[in-house]
Amino acid sequence: MAIIETHDLTRRFGDLVAVDHVSLSVEEKEIFGFLGPNGAGKTTTINMLTTLLRPNEGSAQVAGFDVVKEANEVRSTIGLVPQELTVDEDLTGMENMLLQARLYHVPMSKAKPRITEVLELLGLANAAKRKVETYSGGMRKRLELAAGLIHYPKVLFLDEPTLGLDVQTRAAMWDYIRKLRDEQKITIFLTTHYMEEADTLSDRIAIIDHAKIIAQGTPYDLKESLGGDIIEITPFEKNKNIKELLASLPTVKEVKNKGDVYRLKVMHGEETLPKIMEKICQNNIKIRRVSLIEPTLDQVFLEFTGRTIREMESGREDVWKMRRYLRRMRG
Amino acid sequence: MIDEVLALATREIKKWFKNPFLLFMMIIQPIIWLGLFGKALNLTGLVNVDTSELPPDVTRQFSQLINGALNSLFGTEDYFTYMAAGMLSTIVLFTAMFSGMSVVWDRRFGFLNKLLVAPIRRESIILAKMSSSVMRALFQALLVFSVAFAFGLKLGNNFGPFDFVGMFSALFLLSLGLSAMFLAITIRIKSHETVIAVANLLNLPLIFTSSALFPVQQMPNWLQALAQYNPITYATDLVRTFVLHSRSGIDIAKIANNFQFLIAFAAIFTLVGLVLAQRGLRKN
Repeated sequence: MAIIETHDLTRRFGDLVAVDHVSLSVEEKEIFGFLGPNGAGKTTTINMLTTLLRPNEGSAQVAGFDVVKEANEVRSTIGLVPQELTVDEDLTGMENMLLQARLYHVPMSKAKPRITEVLELLGLANAAKRKVETYSGGMRKRLELAAGLIHYPKVLFLDEPTLGLDVQTRAAMWDYIRKLRDEQKITIFLTTHYMEEADTLSDRIAIIDHAKIIAQGTPYDLKESLGGDIIEITPFEKNKNIKELLASLPTVKEVKNKGDVYRLKVMHGEETLPKIMEKICQNNIKIRRVSLIEPTLDQVFLEFTGRTIREMESGREDVWKMRRYLRRMRG
Repeated sequence: MIDEVLALATREIKKWFKNPFLLFMMIIQPIIWLGLFGKALNLTGLVNVDTSELPPDVTRQFSQLINGALNSLFGTEDYFTYMAAGMLSTIVLFTAMFSGMSVVWDRRFGFLNKLLVAPIRRESIILAKMSSSVMRALFQALLVFSVAFAFGLKLGNNFGPFDFVGMFSALFLLSLGLSAMFLAITIRIKSHETVIAVANLLNLPLIFTSSALFPVQQMPNWLQALAQYNPITYATDLVRTFVLHSRSGIDIAKIANNFQFLIAFAAIFTLVGLVLAQRGLRKN
């Protein structure tokens, strides 16, 4: 059953169409990645799904509730971890969590054990009594995650969860996000403009560019849709049989010869490679070099848009936000 | 809903008390105001002439004349007392101005979004802002009052607990109305610069068209007409009446009239604030 469903969701700001007839479907308990360059419409979409903005056209249901007509029901079933750091620096981690619990009407008797549980889950149990001022960037972001979980939401929205984090903290954050999905059994909807983040983290992704969805599916299928992987084989000696030999395999779609190198376009590269090796060994052909080139989401993006994901020109507000954000991250 | 307001107002107050610098500034500010401004504008001193060479009879008559003039002008012979009462309303105005600022901060830092995705009533957000601003304003007023007392504020000889309560009720209504007004004005504003500009634009006219520093009766007619609609005039007059409460009694009808105006002012702007909260807090 789909837990998030949108039909032709559209939002305009004056003449600018920020989100253009977006139709999405997110399954329960999956990590759904919403990938696109800055300014593509990711945050506007999240704002509509979390009731912060009203759509101009189209509809969206979250956990069975309409985001416009049943906004309050939607609000109590979702958690949002916004791009900005919204935890209060002057308060301790615990005080921040208690405030969040009161805002979501979680009774104190239930809030206390829940806070302990989520802080433990996100590795913040020891820092609970410290002022947030003393937290590192990664810890602040994790506290945001913990706060978003306090009322047992069915869907957790993460807007650019690893923006501004360094590489190691980012990898740790990915582990935490996977752990949330597995242990809390919730659906996670995350936006990102990092290819590798969408690729390693998401069960399924949608790619958005210039307000429109350009592709949707599992990272695997999307990459497969490019027509498969590339395998390059360099034998010691030129052998006229190689071409026919390899082309006879069912998953090999094309074999090209260029100098010493044979370039194969294949389906399911990782499974096809052993079969190719087997065939070659059976025919006593000696190989100098083999390489498997797997397509990336970047190539998927390139295929659909003719460009690679690039940093969009940022407005004054964005630049200001980013600077302040980085300052806060540094603590 | 009450719990929502409480939770949010507690946050604001907590933030405020956890900032020692801010607290220090709050205590120092009224001292500067009263000490420098109140004492520098020594109107009483202006008419103090050296009377030692005149015959004692003339001296007595002269000072009677002067005191009579001051009394009819300010209702007291001591301008400092007159001004200190006005300063209570002024400090309430200044504190209320910053209620608008905190919405802009919360919007910028994304905290407002966090509140807007929570299943709470939009009115709670505004009510929490109003109530924390009122609490701050009254706390500031109490500080100013204590400092003024230490600096030589002369209470009326009939001043009692009733006058104290009356005085702070007037200030409560004023701060509620002003906080709501500034929140209503700034609710859609996104930059601090604009808020500061708006606050600066409004604060001096509001002070000078009121009886906070100078009696309304002595103003030109057009200014008097404006002062009639200025809530600060009504609150200041009330505070002054209570502070100077003397044995000659107080004018109950005038007090009732002033309170009526302040209650209407506070009620209207609270309502406006609550109505605007529904649409104004939301993004675009």
